[in-house]
Amino acid sequence: MEWEAVIGLEIHTQLATKSKIFSGASTAYGAEPNTQACAVDLGLPGVLPVLNQEAVRMAVLFGLAIEAEIAPYSVFARKNYFYPDLPKGYQISQFELPIVGLGHLDIDADGVKKRIGITRAHLEEDAGKSLHEDFHGLTGIDLNRAGTPLLEIVSEPDMRSAKEAVAYMRKLHELVRYLGICDGNMQEGSFRCDANVSVRPKGQQAFGTRAEIKNINSFKFVEKAINYEIERQIDLIESGGAVIQETRLYDSVKDQTRSMRSKEEANDYRYFPDPDLLPVVVDEAFKAQVKTTMPELPDAKKQRFKDQYGLDEESTTILTSSRQLADYFEIVVKESACEAKICANWVTGDLLAALNRAGLEISDSPVSHERLAGLLARISDNTISGKIAKQVFEEMWRGTASADEIIEAKGLKQITDTGAIEAIIDKIIADNPGQVEQYRSGKDKVFGFFVGQVMKAMQGKANPGEVNKMLKDKLK
Amino acid sequence: MMNNKSIADLAKGLRSGEFSSLELTQMFLDRIKRHGSLNCYITVTEELALQEAKAADARIAKGDAMLLTGIPIAQKDIFCTQGVKTTCGSKMLDNFIAPYNATVIEKLNQAGAVMLGKLNMDEFAMGSSNETSYYGAVRNPWDRNAIPGGSSGGSAAAVAAGLAACATGTDTGGSIRQPAAHCGITGLKPTYGRVSRYGMIAYASSLDQGGPMARSAEDAAILLQTMAGFDEKDSTSVDLPVPDYRAGLNNPIEGLKIGLPKEFFGDGLSGDVAAVIDAAVNEYRKLGAQIKEISMPNLKLAIPAYYVIAPAECSANLSRFDGVRFGYRCSHPTDLADLYTRSRGEGFGKEVKRRILMGTYALSAGYYDAYYIKAQKVRRLISEEFKNALSEVDVIMGPVTPSTAFGIGEKIGNPIEMYLSDIYTIAINLAGVPAMSVPAGIVDGKPVGLQIIGNYFAEDRLLNIAHQYQQVTDWHQQRPKGFE
Repeated sequence: MEWEAVIGLEIHTQLATKSKIFSGASTAYGAEPNTQACAVDLGLPGVLPVLNQEAVRMAVLFGLAIEAEIAPYSVFARKNYFYPDLPKGYQISQFELPIVGLGHLDIDADGVKKRIGITRAHLEEDAGKSLHEDFHGLTGIDLNRAGTPLLEIVSEPDMRSAKEAVAYMRKLHELVRYLGICDGNMQEGSFRCDANVSVRPKGQQAFGTRAEIKNINSFKFVEKAINYEIERQIDLIESGGAVIQETRLYDSVKDQTRSMRSKEEANDYRYFPDPDLLPVVVDEAFKAQVKTTMPELPDAKKQRFKDQYGLDEESTTILTSSRQLADYFEIVVKESACEAKICANWVTGDLLAALNRAGLEISDSPVSHERLAGLLARISDNTISGKIAKQVFEEMWRGTASADEIIEAKGLKQITDTGAIEAIIDKIIADNPGQVEQYRSGKDKVFGFFVGQVMKAMQGKANPGEVNKMLKDKLK
Repeated sequence: MMNNKSIADLAKGLRSGEFSSLELTQMFLDRIKRHGSLNCYITVTEELALQEAKAADARIAKGDAMLLTGIPIAQKDIFCTQGVKTTCGSKMLDNFIAPYNATVIEKLNQAGAVMLGKLNMDEFAMGSSNETSYYGAVRNPWDRNAIPGGSSGGSAAAVAAGLAACATGTDTGGSIRQPAAHCGITGLKPTYGRVSRYGMIAYASSLDQGGPMARSAEDAAILLQTMAGFDEKDSTSVDLPVPDYRAGLNNPIEGLKIGLPKEFFGDGLSGDVAAVIDAAVNEYRKLGAQIKEISMPNLKLAIPAYYVIAPAECSANLSRFDGVRFGYRCSHPTDLADLYTRSRGEGFGKEVKRRILMGTYALSAGYYDAYYIKAQKVRRLISEEFKNALSEVDVIMGPVTPSTAFGIGEKIGNPIEMYLSDIYTIAINLAGVPAMSVPAGIVDGKPVGLQIIGNYFAEDRLLNIAHQYQQVTDWHQQRPKGFE
């Protein structure tokens, strides 16, 4: 039988606010345990939550970006369960009335375009962390993360393969970073994924029983976990078994999923509206104000790069993969007055290669856009050749000097003085009568020898076009 | 006697040099010791009080004192007080030293009030008799075998017995008004949102409200003046200016329209109490008020609605007491489940557990709509009923309690009967309107309170109406025998 997978994703994005969603404590990652948890985060008796407006703004910005309905009135609810890293014994989340309603995201999986529905996105607070190592059999609790704002983005069950799921996840990852609402750091848990997976015979309308795979923290693992789970479910059904509704964990070492808890063991969270918080009211004026801060989104930017700069699919995809890289590229084009294609080649080529080797992000590039623009300007005004430029770039990467300073200091300026080139050519013709003879007798290949000799004598600084032209004249 | 003076007179005495805050504070501390058997205080902060009194004297000498500067007051042990044990009447918090001040405490500190200590209360404010306290029952100074009311029983008894010039209380279903009535003092539950709840340990967040407990409407006005106001740390506090509560006390009340809901005067009300309320209403008639009988048929739904909503909220509010970060932890837990079940099982008293269980049940899958949602609908009906009534009349009057203070041990074994003792106060919290209890008579040696209910944020009007009554009656000046 032919099977079809049905996949929906729930993605938790940590919002990039400075302070927590309901307290003034910092959200910075990596501090000493329990140094960024105030009385509110600790759930001390008597404390009350106060909503961080910035988290609301970010949620609204996201909602507008996916063309979703923004709820004029949304409500925080208490999700009740006991766990040591959940200080209040309940998580403040949104349940019946989330801030962001139905929206969508367009993906492209291996060239196939598809629209994925987003059911909802809601605001909630993160829990702390339980640390099971290094406590001699006891558990340590770090509440620094407790109260960090999360936007949980729930998709429709619209994906049919692990590839589509990853494409959706990447697209969402790109979007939240474009919007500046999430740093997207998956290692630090800023962008986490739960996947709901089921299978059904191809052509069947009804969904199969689904399993939820919790907390997968990389694109690679999402693809592997989903593929494993699809195979597991198909094997199970084909061997006469049945999928049960349960929560599973993905073990990346063994590359398999295993059962965590079944539906019967699931908590009754006893949601009810949090009486400590007022309903969140988003009016048209606030939405309009947020809309004015909407950056150009990835798809629009990609199309514009094609139209405006005449770039191909591959370059635009790379350049628009992050807002920072796209901005960098555009500044370089503007400041260097260099042809956009050359700028694109430099940014996607030499610059990205160097960044990848060094493991750096574009925002940490040792060569700023001003400096790269300075270099490319010298290519476009013929001061140096592309080949010399690579040499200059390497110097720039290592130090802080500008392209002009390096060109000056190292005397790399291209020689366009025909008198100087002529003198060298005359000397080389005089020194190599044998080769001159060969060339004149029809061996065109020898021409390369002369070019090489001239460039060598001029340390690569001669304008190659000029050299070719003059050599041809002289050797006639 | 200094312990019988009004706050205004005490402030005058402090300024004129008749006595110092240190002397005044020492006098109250002595009385607290002498009457320790009433069990009003859980913690007496003697050293701190004397320090604060000295600081107050210095401030008075400099001339930058406020009305409450140097006045010895006491705090219900539900308010977090930095560096001072804050128990909420529970074994669960017997070891809890709060690391921060509640907003109300912060405001009273800034005003220069002297804190004598922390007052006994029903455990987590759940009770109507002060008998659920881990620290034992409080005795009513009017009758040592009677309950003082609850949950702010320590506050009411301390003020009545002259063990503090005034006190803070909190009211979720009557916890200021009912003990005030039973102890013959003046108590005001403000409009929900008038007083910050930050640092006030939550019982039922949508109903809890702090307020003043004092010897007169004027004293209550002075205390409320400092307690009230918007607090950015409490999202449910309301950003409205706080009027000068004393300024309007002497406004004439001629033409005042008083509504008497017939549902307040039905079968459950004892004849003695009814007679006291009638007499008080008559007093208002003499002052020029118009009396109108009204009907509020949904009031009868208040108790069932309350006992769904309050326990539901409390079941979540009390989840933080899990033995993990603060408070009671059972000895030698074997695993996480054991830590939770024994810490909570041993740390909470019976009534608290009962309400957590009721609330958990009401919120459970399959029951939520039938209980919680239904109760919220009833709550809206009751609110509407108050709004409608208060558009017809200026205030609503009635009894605070169906009878005078019952005996210690009398109702503690029968929760339903205990719950019914709040029948006249609970609806007010569901609606969120302000209400007062004003001493209006004494029956068989025990005080009776008159309840005055006003419109949202009409605390100034309530205080004015109560004050006018206190100008022509002296019930508020009666003192229990042995505490004069």
